[in-house]
Amino acid sequence: MVTETGNKRIAVLSGKGGTGKTFLTVNLAAVAGPSVYIDCDVEEPNGHLFFRPDAVTDEAVTVRIPQVDPALCTGCRKCVDFCRFHALAFTKQLKIFDEVCHACGGCLLVCPQQALTETDKTIGVIQSGRTQNVSVRTGVLQTGEASGIPIIQKLLQNTDPHPQFIDCPPGSACGVMESIKDADYCLIVAEPTAFGVHNLQMVYELVRLFEKPFGVVINKVLDEDNPAERFCQKHRIPVFDRIPLDTKIGKLHSDGRIAAYVSDAVRARFATLWEKIQKEVQSEATAHS
Amino acid sequence: MKQLLILSGKGGTGKTTVAGAFIQLADAKAYADCDVDAPNLHLVSDWTEAPTRSDYYGLPVAQIDNERCIGCDLCRTHCRFAAITVQEAYTVHPFACEGCGVCSYVCPAAAIRMEPAVAGEHKLYAAENTVFSTAQLKMGSGNSGKLVTEVKKQMRQHAQTADLAIIDGSPGIGCPVIASVSGVDLVLIVAEPSVSGISDMERIVQTARKLGAKIAVCINKYDIHPDYSEQIARYCEKAQLPFTGRIPFDPAVVRAVNAGRSVVDIDCPAAEAIRQVFENTLPYVFA
Repeated sequence: MVTETGNKRIAVLSGKGGTGKTFLTVNLAAVAGPSVYIDCDVEEPNGHLFFRPDAVTDEAVTVRIPQVDPALCTGCRKCVDFCRFHALAFTKQLKIFDEVCHACGGCLLVCPQQALTETDKTIGVIQSGRTQNVSVRTGVLQTGEASGIPIIQKLLQNTDPHPQFIDCPPGSACGVMESIKDADYCLIVAEPTAFGVHNLQMVYELVRLFEKPFGVVINKVLDEDNPAERFCQKHRIPVFDRIPLDTKIGKLHSDGRIAAYVSDAVRARFATLWEKIQKEVQSEATAHS
Repeated sequence: MKQLLILSGKGGTGKTTVAGAFIQLADAKAYADCDVDAPNLHLVSDWTEAPTRSDYYGLPVAQIDNERCIGCDLCRTHCRFAAITVQEAYTVHPFACEGCGVCSYVCPAAAIRMEPAVAGEHKLYAAENTVFSTAQLKMGSGNSGKLVTEVKKQMRQHAQTADLAIIDGSPGIGCPVIASVSGVDLVLIVAEPSVSGISDMERIVQTARKLGAKIAVCINKYDIHPDYSEQIARYCEKAQLPFTGRIPFDPAVVRAVNAGRSVVDIDCPAAEAIRQVFENTLPYVFA
């Protein structure tokens, strides 16, 4: 049976920061082309520094935030009492704190005077461009803004027919959940340290909570005790690759270069990894069809 | 109490390693882990006593009583978070629900209640005169900023006599980071000499500046890419940020972490450098 990984979505996540999410996602997208690379780490997006895409177009991401007409506001404080995010306060006049507003629209509903209306506020931007056969989509949250969730939602609204590689934010909170929500497969990057394993455990719980098929790649492996490997054995988690700590590859990466474009060995390694992931995704698709 | 917060923008640059070392070097009587999403500081702190645990309640989650529901669809159409779906009955997706209460407000049948929900756990370690405040956000919960604020509050309340607090922060520039910056005396940014590291450092500097924080910068694993380390030092000079030192890449750090120790317990080049960074940073906290 011929199966397709066509527009499947592979989310790469790690819990701990700095384990190599971007390294893996960028190189996978590079060997799997034509493909789409989506940077959902909107607080600190880095993938574009590697792809350096051409002809980048910007699309603003806005949220609806309330604004008050002081002439109509009577100071009844109904909106202040309603808002669970403490985004409104009344002292002499109504103050609105945009950064903490979740744009739920509740304050408008409760205002008896219709003194509140909504206006668009830009919280960030989506940059779309292309490098070789990779379409690169980057979400960038403006500094000082609290939540990049609307940017992630918009980033993932695309119907590109090619495999999509999602570079997730670190951690396991709302940004990660939003990034993996519609993923077909989750790839966890782990580090063979005590910190790495503790955070591996967290994302392991998260992908199970979301009932996603998943596998692990252990990055920066040293010839020493590897607690990440033991964790995976214990929980019978497939480990697709163990990438040794290699200062040459590290140097390429810190220079902002895509190792798979430079080194044949790295290219071959990621091609093999991509094949393994495709098999997993296909067997999942078969199992659930 | 003076508070020193350690941030980095990029993850994995060595925040917790530096924080753990500083706690040791300062013999800090108060410290906290504000990375409630992925806390690790407890792994290198040698507390033998069990902590006092308390549930952390985030925002409530909507619950629909299907007996009362009249199927008017108002809740679903008003929810901005697509948290309410209808098949045979109306249901709330607990991860998507942000707890705003709009659905409950618009429901004409009083069928929706906002129920308190445990969103995490706070842990307080306290001995005679030392306090360590940490927390873990529950999987699938949002609103980490509120829990960060709670972690700091608990630390301050239980360590009123401590003169210096060391706080480990989270990566990124968003809500938990913003919550952690409020009220601290200095933000020390641990930068990494790479293309990504420099971009992320600039964004966290911008964020901390907007919040009006005092900032200092140090570099971890500086020798991995000396050119970029130079670039970071020059950036600091230009931006008039105190630059408090360079820590070399040192395999002894991983060994210390895996043994649950602080790196300054071991005699190694990284420990020596961190000591220097600590000496250089401290005056800015008390300035």
